[in-house]
Amino acid sequence: MTGTLTLLRFHLRRDRLMLTWWVLGGVLLYYSQAVSTDSLYATQAELDRAARGIKSNVAFIAMAGPARALDTIGGQVAWQAAAFGAVVAGLMSMFLVVRHTRAEEENGRDELVRAAVVGRYAPVAAAALVVVVANVLLGSLVAASLLSYGLPGAGSWALGLAAALAGLVFGAVALVAVQVAEGSRAAVGMTCAAIAVAYLLRAVGDTGDGALSWLSPIGWGQSMRPYADESWRPALLSVAAVVVLAAVAVRLLDRRDLGSGLWATRPGPGRGRLGSSWGLAWRLQRGSVVGWLVGLLLGGLAFGSIGDDVGDLVGDSSFSQDVFAQGGGSIVDSFYATLAVMLGLLAAGFTISSVLRLRGEESDHFAELLLSTGLSRRRWAVSHLAVAVIGTVAVVAAGALGLGLGFALVTGDVGTAATFAAAASAYVVPALVLGGVTTLAWSLRSAWARAGWVLLVFGLVVLLFGATLQLPGWLMDLSPFNALALVPAESFSPGPWIGQAVLVAVLGIAGIAALERRDID
Amino acid sequence: MDTVIDVSGLVKRFGRSTALDGLDLRVPAGEVHGFLGPNGSGKSTTIRVLLGLLRADGGAVSLFGRDPWRDAAELHRRLAYVPGDVDLWPNLSGGEIIDLLGRLRGGLDESRRADLVERFELDPTKKARTYSKGNRQKVALVAALAADVELLILDEPTSGLDPLMEAVFTDCVDELKDAGRSVLLSSHILAEVERLCDTVSIIRAGRTVESGTLADLRHLTRTSITAELAATPTGLERLEGVHDLAVQGVRATFEVDTVHLGDALAALGGFGVRSLTSRPPTLEELFLRHYSAEDPA
Ligand SMILES: Nc1ncnc2c1ncn2[C@@H]1O[C@H](COP(=O)(O)OP(=O)(O)OP(=O)(O)O)[C@@H](O)[C@H]1O
Ligand SMILES: [Mg+2]
Repeated sequence: MTGTLTLLRFHLRRDRLMLTWWVLGGVLLYYSQAVSTDSLYATQAELDRAARGIKSNVAFIAMAGPARALDTIGGQVAWQAAAFGAVVAGLMSMFLVVRHTRAEEENGRDELVRAAVVGRYAPVAAAALVVVVANVLLGSLVAASLLSYGLPGAGSWALGLAAALAGLVFGAVALVAVQVAEGSRAAVGMTCAAIAVAYLLRAVGDTGDGALSWLSPIGWGQSMRPYADESWRPALLSVAAVVVLAAVAVRLLDRRDLGSGLWATRPGPGRGRLGSSWGLAWRLQRGSVVGWLVGLLLGGLAFGSIGDDVGDLVGDSSFSQDVFAQGGGSIVDSFYATLAVMLGLLAAGFTISSVLRLRGEESDHFAELLLSTGLSRRRWAVSHLAVAVIGTVAVVAAGALGLGLGFALVTGDVGTAATFAAAASAYVVPALVLGGVTTLAWSLRSAWARAGWVLLVFGLVVLLFGATLQLPGWLMDLSPFNALALVPAESFSPGPWIGQAVLVAVLGIAGIAALERRDID
Repeated sequence: MDTVIDVSGLVKRFGRSTALDGLDLRVPAGEVHGFLGPNGSGKSTTIRVLLGLLRADGGAVSLFGRDPWRDAAELHRRLAYVPGDVDLWPNLSGGEIIDLLGRLRGGLDESRRADLVERFELDPTKKARTYSKGNRQKVALVAALAADVELLILDEPTSGLDPLMEAVFTDCVDELKDAGRSVLLSSHILAEVERLCDTVSIIRAGRTVESGTLADLRHLTRTSITAELAATPTGLERLEGVHDLAVQGVRATFEVDTVHLGDALAALGGFGVRSLTSRPPTLEELFLRHYSAEDPA
């Protein structure tokens, strides 16, 4: 264990910015629920009405969790944020663990560290400690922020503790995954799958007799009943899980060779069929395309299955009118118009990450080898961009299909379902605009590649808070998602849509031209 | 086509630091050219400029008589490159990568591919993530050597190979030489350079400090002399080209610039030579002298 503390200090230094963002984002997730619930429901009567609406809608319960004390602000916050907060804490822990274990082994830095005076377990212990620090920070800041908002003490601490414990459990899962998996990408996939399964188990459990929820770390947190007569015992389950998983991880660490997983990598073909940059781009991205496709389909289904019972959910307050009744029209239309934008923003996450594959290929030095062959920069870039474009079309279509299908299954109203699905499909264009911005930024300078993510977060802020914050219209329209009509609450106007499609082409062409003028790392 | 690579006065800056500062490099067709220099002197940077990955800030660069920045992809069909650090897609097998690179270069020679895989004892079915550094290098080497190209650009290709594999590599370069191919070989392994290269260029801090055949370069260096004489020698320090002179009684040791060797021997003759050992400069000394910053050539 020698050297653990030195490594820990080093990691914390290196991660301080990233950690700040994760923790702030997590805290904001909880805090904003308190603010928005307060502004969504102007009176207690409205809140009571919403509570009844939620309780009677299975889809809501499945999405967020069991309905408890929903006629209080605290109960609403816990219901809305606990499951998603647990997922955020889990993802944060997973990234930290992978970053400081397998990723380090893969880039060879781990060998350097081990060559110094460092115990065999020091790297893994340091990674685990980073996760502990991050989750303690997250949990206590969540509790403190809710306390400062004026919510009851016990509930706030229970909610903060639930988030931190979920983070620790999934961090421990990731610690096992990095011992077992073939590589860091596979470890990320395994941990994400574990988080998804935990989420699904509690979704099914919460809508039924609750038994399955007891198999889910997310369910354990919700069983602590924040703001609804807290019960602290489920916390012991999480602690026990962390201890067991950590012990398993250490045992596995003893059995594997550094740099490789416990499961030996299966051999591949001795001869290759890959013969073009198109084939290579698809081969490298197909896993992520399929993952996003399934994700958006499920997300669309979840949104769609809320059905037309949204009137109670959306109160009469000005905030709820701002968010969900943008553009006027019936409340159901407005609600689904907003959800369609949300799906589009999610799909843009795929578009951006797909374009950024180019940056990854460059920084991993694969591009150097490829571009020393007869492959031109343009063809190399276009092949990945083609996957990004076609993938975006497919992912948006999956989201729209899910939305329509979910709505049609719950309400039986196929005509309206088709309208909603069509509305969601239109957001393929703004998603591609974000991809185009990413392309151009990366082509100008590879360090600017994250510009697309900034625009995505901006789009989310505009959607959720733009009206409440009374942002000027021109500023909000900088988000391509905001610049389009809110169909079906408003009627579709092809002008801006076609304009954005042209913009996509311009950004793509400018990006490739810029790429042909700069140095390749 | 008699000159494959022709670089003169090449300048490359990264922000405010200057990596290449007027570098010259000429490789005639059919020659194996050694490219030497201390760490960070700019070898890999020069190669990246030659490949059109980096844009030159000044000077003239021509590859097969054309501009590698403008015509990169077209020129690349005539060459193959092995980078200094070979990074490969972890999920692809070695065989897949060899075939992919080969096809992107415009096809590879099947029988040579099979032959090379066997000689380098490479298991092409393994996924790249499981290859050691040396094995990753072999993948890139097999892909490059199996390509039917006029020029090979190799950046420290043997830095991860064991001595047995290094010998295989040496044989492969000999075969290339016999086939009339040109090779630019960057290396820190002097024995390898001595064994393979017709001519060398030595660079330091982004500038070419020496270029020519090894025999030419040797001529520019010093020979060590130890002599036992009949009388105590005097005045040796005044001879041109004599360095590090030490006289202990009748015994004199010194180094002399090889061009002035004749004069020094004549002077020693005047004191009656009882015994004399002379050692020609080793390559190590040659390079150390060119590499060290205090003693510009
Ligand atoms: N992308 C870059 N950005 C900034 N500086 C760079 C970059 N690439 C190279 N350099 C600098 O240029 C100089 C030359 O580096 P280069 O890699 O060409 O050296 P080298 O001769 O290949 O060294 P070695 O023998 O260690 O491989 C170094 O000082 C290096 O730090
Ligand atoms: Mg180098």
